[in-house]
Amino acid sequence: MKSAPFDYVRVGSLAEAHAVLAAEGGDAAVIAGGQTLVPLLSMRMARPKVLVDIMRVPELAVIVAENDSIRVGAAVRQAELLAWPELGASQPLLALALPWVGHAQTRARGTVCGSIALADPSAELPLCLVALGGDVVLSSKGGRRTVAADDFFTGLMSTDRRDDELIEAVRFPGRRTSEGFAFREFARRHGDFAIVACAAVANEKVLRLAIGGVADRPVARDFKGLDGAALDDALDAFASELDARDDLHATADYRRMLVRKLGRTTIEEARRCRA
Amino acid sequence: MSRLNADARHRIRLEVNGRAVEGEAEPRMLLTDFLRHTLGLTGTHVGCEHGVCGACTIQIDGAPARACLTLAVQVDGAKLHTVEGLAPEPGRLSVLQEAFRRHHALQCGFCTAGILMSLDWYLRQTPDPGEVELREFLGGHLCRCTGYVPIVAAALDAAKRLRDA
Repeated sequence: MKSAPFDYVRVGSLAEAHAVLAAEGGDAAVIAGGQTLVPLLSMRMARPKVLVDIMRVPELAVIVAENDSIRVGAAVRQAELLAWPELGASQPLLALALPWVGHAQTRARGTVCGSIALADPSAELPLCLVALGGDVVLSSKGGRRTVAADDFFTGLMSTDRRDDELIEAVRFPGRRTSEGFAFREFARRHGDFAIVACAAVANEKVLRLAIGGVADRPVARDFKGLDGAALDDALDAFASELDARDDLHATADYRRMLVRKLGRTTIEEARRCRA
Repeated sequence: MSRLNADARHRIRLEVNGRAVEGEAEPRMLLTDFLRHTLGLTGTHVGCEHGVCGACTIQIDGAPARACLTLAVQVDGAKLHTVEGLAPEPGRLSVLQEAFRRHHALQCGFCTAGILMSLDWYLRQTPDPGEVELREFLGGHLCRCTGYVPIVAAALDAAKRLRDA
């Protein structure tokens, strides 16, 4: 397979990246690890005229713990976040979910922000961002803005990012005391995209369950003070409301069944982990 | 900032198996094609060309990666290791390769180079792997001949010999 031709621009600073994106707009695509973009290029599902490589921008290659959140720059690879010594204490959900992101061979190259940028509805990192209520830091020549995860993912592989904007970083809220976390996924093979993925966050008042792989984007629902059969009913209602579709891997009904069963397991695990 | 024109070939310098090499590539050239066609290193195999089968796995800057998910221009200046660099000298196999031969861990051999490059890294990270975690790690590779049983046996045997060495 061979991609359509494109110019390749290697930028060395954020300002250079902004300048290229301002000049090229929708004709440009940002490349970081390239683990999703390169096959899209090879299959000619993406045909940018210019590729902007941001991996040699030093200020984008950092993980910073700031104001109760973890800020992951656009050039940070998934394997780097997984190996970050503070990850388990700072945000256990990421430590649980990252081993499910692709394989070691793709995590070594793929970036955290790249997965967020591509917004695959089955991907684990967008799911975690929604479950935790994190946000995305976008910047362009015109300035910087922050968009909440719920507003950032707008549909199947589509986001609120404008053509001239770069995802500079994503911010995951850090662990708060008395929170419990769980992550579960069902796929045919470890490392494949999820048929259904569940992330749960439990605190003293609310239980939040986020589901990936079912609707056109990750969807979160808060359950308050529910247990036993009442929780089953609430999960059933949640599963029915999700806009599930049949595809090669599973039917919509099967996905809804997984939301009920795997969702319940994930919730209980998060509660146990909190206790 | 450097801009490489789509229609031209550009010089790429990198280190492969400890030797400085260079070659020319258009921006759209995949690293698999650069290794095989430009550098003549045909030990790296090309299977699915979209990151699923693992046949093209090499090591980039010390970590396993899919050469088909990488553009040649992205690795300018990087250190690569390919299957050609595994054997310590001509006519001698590495401990891992020798274990593959002993256990018949390959049949057609198409997937083998990628699996060897992944396992070479993995056994250095995890000198004493359990079978379950080893199988999970091998999930990044497709083999349609062996059913994986001899591959797992070869990897566990190689791990033991490397520990005892």
